[in-house]
Amino acid sequence: MANLLDVNNLQTVFRTDKGEVTSVDEVSFSLKEGETLGIVGESGCGKSVTSLSIMRLLGKGGRVKHGSVKFKDRELTNLSEQEMRNIRGNDISMIFQEPMTSLNPLLTIGNQLMEGIRLHLKLSKKQAKLYAIDMLKKVGIPRAEAIINEYPHALSGGMRQRVMIAMALSCKPNLILADEPTTALDVTIQAQILKLMKKLKNELNTAIILITHDLGVVAEMADKVIVMYAGQVVEEADVYTLFDSPKHPYTKGLIKSIPHLDNDSSERLDSIPGTVPTLQHMPKGCRFHTRCPFATERCINEKPDLLQLKENESHSVRCFLYDSEQLDKDVREEVNS
Amino acid sequence: MFQYIIRRILIAIPVLFGVTVFTFFVINMAPGNPVDMYVNPSATPQQIALAKEQLGLNDPLWVQYGHWLGQLFQGNLGFSYSTREPVTSMLIERLGPTLLLMGTSLIVAYLIAIPLGILSATRQYSWIDYLTTGFSFLGVSIPHFFLGLGAIYIFASKLELLPTGGMNTLGGTTGFGDTFFHMILPVLVLATGIAGNMVRYVRSSMIDVLGKDYLRTARAKGLRNFIVTNKHALRNALIPIITIIGMDIPLLIGGAVVTEQVFQWPGLGQLTIQSIGSRDYSALMALNLIAAIAVLVSNLLTDVVYSIVDPRIKYE
Ligand SMILES: Nc1ncnc2c1ncn2[C@@H]1O[C@H](COP(=O)(O)OP(=O)(O)O)[C@@H](O)[C@H]1O
Ligand code: SF4
Ligand SMILES: [Mg+2]
Repeated sequence: MANLLDVNNLQTVFRTDKGEVTSVDEVSFSLKEGETLGIVGESGCGKSVTSLSIMRLLGKGGRVKHGSVKFKDRELTNLSEQEMRNIRGNDISMIFQEPMTSLNPLLTIGNQLMEGIRLHLKLSKKQAKLYAIDMLKKVGIPRAEAIINEYPHALSGGMRQRVMIAMALSCKPNLILADEPTTALDVTIQAQILKLMKKLKNELNTAIILITHDLGVVAEMADKVIVMYAGQVVEEADVYTLFDSPKHPYTKGLIKSIPHLDNDSSERLDSIPGTVPTLQHMPKGCRFHTRCPFATERCINEKPDLLQLKENESHSVRCFLYDSEQLDKDVREEVNS
Repeated sequence: MFQYIIRRILIAIPVLFGVTVFTFFVINMAPGNPVDMYVNPSATPQQIALAKEQLGLNDPLWVQYGHWLGQLFQGNLGFSYSTREPVTSMLIERLGPTLLLMGTSLIVAYLIAIPLGILSATRQYSWIDYLTTGFSFLGVSIPHFFLGLGAIYIFASKLELLPTGGMNTLGGTTGFGDTFFHMILPVLVLATGIAGNMVRYVRSSMIDVLGKDYLRTARAKGLRNFIVTNKHALRNALIPIITIIGMDIPLLIGGAVVTEQVFQWPGLGQLTIQSIGSRDYSALMALNLIAAIAVLVSNLLTDVVYSIVDPRIKYE
C-alpha cells in the first residue's frame, strides 16, 4: 500500500535578527492511512515546526528550504497557496496545544465550527448548522444545540479541546496533526480526550501525527514513534520496539525518566543532565554529544546518519555505537526505492 | 448592566463636584478679574469698587462658590460678566458647531486610521508600513496651531481654494455646502492628530492579534487571508481601540479649543478662549463642567461598548 504521507529530508529555516536559523534538519518519516505516528522530544526540538512545515503555516520568517512533503502523491511544497488552502482543514487538519487560546474569543463556537464546514463541504448555512451540532454530539459535548451559540470562554478547557477535535474532524480529513493536544489539560480530562481521539480515529480511519513530550501518551496511542533531538530524528521504531529495546542514548534517557507508579513518588526522576543546545550554537558532530555519557572523539567531529538496523529494518537510529549493526547508507536507499 | 451604569453615574457626582471646586479656585487665583476686564478704562476707582460689590466679587471665595452651586441646582448657570447674556443660551448656541466639528473629525480620523493601521500591520516592515508610521509620528507631533496656520497659509492665502475661517461666508449663502467648505481645513487639522495617534494603536494591536493562536487555527481551516484578517483578527484588534477612542475625547476637546481659535470657528472652544480673556468666571465654570461631563460620559460609554462587543466582559 502506498504511503499517505512521505516526508523526506525536510529542512526548515527561520529568518531571525541574528540571521537564518535551521529549526528542523534531515527529518524523514512516512505514514500509512489510519496509522498513528508519535513524535517525541524535549521542548524546542522542532516537533511543532515539523507539523507546521507540512501545513505550510510557518508564518512570515519560516520556509521549507530542502526536502519534500508528499501527501497522497502530491508534492505539498510545490502547491499554490490556493491549492494548499483546499487541503488545510479538508484533507489535513490540526489540533493545537492550548484549547484556551486556540479558539477566537469573539466568535461563537458554531460560527467557528461552521466556517470550515461551509468552505470545504459547500453546505448551506442551515445544513452546516445541523452538521456542526452533529459533530459536537460526536465528540461528546452535552447540550450541543445550546453550546453552538456560546462563546469559547463559557466552556472548560476539556470542552474546548473537544470543540477543536470536532472542528478538525468535521471535513473527514485523511490526516490530523495533533500538536500536544492534551498537554494543557489535567490528567483525568487528558485520558478522556485521548480515549475520544482513539475512538474517532478508528471509526473514520484517520491517520494521526501525535506530537507530545509525554512518552506515556505515545505508548497509549501510537503505532510507531520518531524521537527528535535538536531538530533531527535520532531514532525511529514501532512503539513496542522503542519501549522494549531503545537504542539511542537519548531515547534511553527519556524512557528512564518516565515516572513509574510503583516507584516511591518522592524518588527523584532519572532525567537527562545538561540542556538542549540552541539553534545558533549547534555542536559539530553528533548534536547529542554534549550530553551523551558514551561520547567519543569521533562523536565530536563526525556527524552520524540515521541508519536502519540489520536485525530490524523498521528500526533506525542516529548513533555511532550501532555502526556495526547498521545497514550502510547506500543499502538503505536501495531498500527505500 | 443597568445597575452598573447607575452606580457609575453616582460615582461621577463627587468627581464633578471636585472638578468644579478646583476650577473655581484656580480661576479666581488668576490675576485680574471680570470687572477690570470689561469696565470702561475711564471709570473711577469708586465705580469699579461698586461694580465689584454688586457682582459679589468681594465676598469670601467659598461664599461665591456656594452661590454658584446653589444657582446650578436650580438649573441656572448664571450670566456672562462680559456680554450679560445667560450662559445657558451662549452654550446652546455654540454647542452645535463644536459637535459638528468634533464628530466629523473623529469619523474622518477613524476612516483614515483603521485601514492604514491594518495595512501597516499586515505588511510589517514594508515601505507602506514605514511611510504610515512616519506620517503618524508627524501627525501626532505637529501642534494644532502650527498645522492650522500652515494649512491656512497654503490652502486659503496662497492657493485661495478654501476660506481662512468661520463657519459661513459673511453675507453669503448659509447652506450646508458653504459650511462643508468651511469645515474642510479645521476637520483636517483636528483629524490629523487623532488619526496619527490611532494608526499607531491599530497597528500595534493588530500585530499583537496576528500572532495569536486562534489565527493559526483559522488559517489551519483553509480560510482565505482576507477572512483571517478582517473577520478573525480585526474584531479582536479593535477591542483595545475602544479604550483609545474614550481617551481621545479629552484630547479632542483640547485640540478643538486651539483649532476653533485658529479658524474662528464659532464653537465652545473659541468661547473658552474668549472667556479666559475676559475673565468671564460664570462662562468658564460652565465650560469646564461641560468638558468634565463629556469626559466622564465618554468613559462610561467606552465601558458599555466594551461589554457589548466582548462576550467575556460582564458588568454586575
Ligand atoms: N517563528 C519562529 N522564528 C524563529 N525560530 C523559531 C520560530 N518557531 C520556532 N522556532 C525555533 O525552532 C525550534 C523548534 O521549535 P518547535 O518546533 O516549536 O519546538 P517543539 O518541539 O517544542 O514544538 C526552536 O528552537 C524555536 O526557537
Ligand atoms: S553518536 Fe556518540 S555522542 Fe551521539 S549519541 Fe551516539 S554515542 Fe552519543
Ligand atoms: Mg511545540
